[in-house]
Amino acid sequence: MTSTNFDPRILKAPHPVPGAPDNWKRFLSFNTDAKVIGIQYIATSLLFLLVGGLLAMIVRGELITPPADLVDPTVYNGLYTMHGTVMLFLFLFPVLNGLNNLLIPTMIGAPDMAFPRLNAAAFWLVPVFAVLLMASFFIPGGPAQAGWWSYPPMSIQNPLGHFINGEQLWLLAVALSGISSIFGAINFVTTIVRMRAPGMGFFKMPLYCWTAWGAQTIQLIGLPALTGGAIMLLFDLSFGTSFFRPEGGGDPVLYQHFFWFYSHPAVYVMVLPVFGIFSEVFTCYARKPLFGYKFVALASFGIVFLSLIVWVHHMFYTGTPNWMRILFMFTTMTIAVPTGVKVFAWVATLWGGKLRLTTPMLFCLGGLLNFIFAGITGVMLGTVPIDIHVGNTYFVVAHFHYVIFNAIVLGVFAAVYHWFPKFTGHMYYEGLGKLHFVLTFVGCTLNWLPLHWAGLLGMPRRVASYDPEFAIWNVIASIGAFILGVAAIPFILNMVSSWARGPKSPPNPWGAIGLEWLLPSPPPAENFEDDVPTVINNPYGYGLGEPQVADEDFYIRRAQEA
Amino acid sequence: MTSSDSSLQLNHTPGHVKHSGHNLTGFVIFLCSESIIFLAFFAGFTIFKLTSPEWLPPGVDGLDIKMPLINTIVLVSSSFVAYFAERYLHKGNLWGFRIVWLITMLMGAYFVYGQYVEWSNLEFGLGSGVFGGTFYLLTGFHGLHVITGIGLMGLMLYHSFRPGNYDKGDMGVTAVSLFWHFVDVIWIILFVLIYVWQRY
Repeated sequence: MTSTNFDPRILKAPHPVPGAPDNWKRFLSFNTDAKVIGIQYIATSLLFLLVGGLLAMIVRGELITPPADLVDPTVYNGLYTMHGTVMLFLFLFPVLNGLNNLLIPTMIGAPDMAFPRLNAAAFWLVPVFAVLLMASFFIPGGPAQAGWWSYPPMSIQNPLGHFINGEQLWLLAVALSGISSIFGAINFVTTIVRMRAPGMGFFKMPLYCWTAWGAQTIQLIGLPALTGGAIMLLFDLSFGTSFFRPEGGGDPVLYQHFFWFYSHPAVYVMVLPVFGIFSEVFTCYARKPLFGYKFVALASFGIVFLSLIVWVHHMFYTGTPNWMRILFMFTTMTIAVPTGVKVFAWVATLWGGKLRLTTPMLFCLGGLLNFIFAGITGVMLGTVPIDIHVGNTYFVVAHFHYVIFNAIVLGVFAAVYHWFPKFTGHMYYEGLGKLHFVLTFVGCTLNWLPLHWAGLLGMPRRVASYDPEFAIWNVIASIGAFILGVAAIPFILNMVSSWARGPKSPPNPWGAIGLEWLLPSPPPAENFEDDVPTVINNPYGYGLGEPQVADEDFYIRRAQEA
Repeated sequence: MTSSDSSLQLNHTPGHVKHSGHNLTGFVIFLCSESIIFLAFFAGFTIFKLTSPEWLPPGVDGLDIKMPLINTIVLVSSSFVAYFAERYLHKGNLWGFRIVWLITMLMGAYFVYGQYVEWSNLEFGLGSGVFGGTFYLLTGFHGLHVITGIGLMGLMLYHSFRPGNYDKGDMGVTAVSLFWHFVDVIWIILFVLIYVWQRY
């Protein structure tokens, strides 16, 4: 019998608290298991997708007719501000952190995250700042109304004079969200850098890990800048300083620099993991190795680098000097190169593949199509003359939602379906999944495609009433938004019923390649425990007939027996 | 061994041995990230100082440099003292470590005291224009880090009395020491920006 000369104790993360519940109650407790935390994140964030979606539907209900008749314009300002904030800080960031928690340790063969307790603390900050943000609906003066940018001097107005006001709660919530994200980022980066399975060099790592690594690097570099700006804004609002108050010698444009230095890269924090999901899903359902794996992997960090030097393109029309506009126009255009590398690699992967149009594949194909469209309007917006013309119109809103919803959220849905059998141990219902896709794709196209025209014709954003000439585009958009609302029904039905009584899932229902598929469904608490596989081949070896890890049969057999 | 028995044990390469001690990795990543908040504040300070039409509030003609200079010398030398404490610990001289470590803490405490004395003698406040705001924001945020550092050093001192504390290495002391050097470097930049630059 062979004896191993490495000490498995080194691998072990701290165990879950002894006596911690093993049933559904563990999802309501301070649990340090990354797979429990991942599901906690995803469930919480999907709940807030409903909240944010409801806010969006009130907004679209208001905009279905030109006059401001459904809600008061002041309430309307609060609604779109909170819609944006909820969707970004309570839906997208948490849902992606949830996927990171589920996928990173299982994909690299680690037993858990590097810092399990920090991980749980990061999650439990989410409900705390969620309560803060929701509480702002019920205080005098209502929630923050300055838009999700929270630009001064609008955001440092405090007309009612209360010390505790909607804007202040907003800033505190954003600060807590930042702390939570930093905790998460430290954890994810350390885990990826230090806890990979033997033989898994960086260029044998799945692309989801590459993209998550890049995204979390952005968090670590960008988020502190926003935190710095938010602290100064909070001081201006509540403690009488005048950093951003022009009448006190301050400079409101400086806040915009702080804000966009993070918030532009923040889009890449969200889109990069979705690029990873695309790479995983396209290879799996096209049964082909990823075209140009190394370039796709390295392009992730090309995007990270470029994303940090383009932020001024959000400020072309806010008194930016001309040389700065030209400079940042060029950097903005450059970012189309690494993203283009990825898009061409996916198309080349799909080309000539034997496509299986399952729900995750459909979501990814739809997402890719929308992303290409959003990329084209993005290049348009990066051009100074066009941006000055359409800045602050619905063209920007439409472009932004094409990236955030039509590409990113579709990718997130794809991931939820693709890995659902792995982490719940049950198959989802394909029919309901396809219905969800059709409703989502039709809804999101109807919602945001027409708004490009409204924007080009000059409809300004953030207004409760508008010129009747834009009415037709808004009616179509509102119908699309309500279809998206209906799309939630098959999704919820599918998730709840298939987790409760769906057919049992085999370890690898899709015939996918990757360490996570060598584990039982659902994986045991410490994943591979003491028998971590040794990686011997590149990822995505579809159709090559070579095992990805040494002794692959052992792992397949063990997963099936479990 | 028959092949069917191979499912019981596997032949492993000892690839995971290098995975011990990612606490330090995580801590260094945290410090890099933390430094960017300061970088944001420094950038803000620089832009304000270069562009603000009225930099100093009325009745204020600059900051006195003597007291902060003494403070700087104390804080910078405390970093070297912390280094010697660490050396004692590596040599296994536990009491040497504790005493020198305590001296570092006292030097840090003197710095906080000096900062307090300086603050209480200033004739401008947080609301005195951009100058007052950035001054208190930068020194206050840095001061919070110094206090945190002293607290962490106290914790390490307390842990040093726990039997078997260093069986798994002295990662905690290394991390706190790194944090202290970090606070020190931030102060040097801050000192140059706020106190030295005003003369030119």
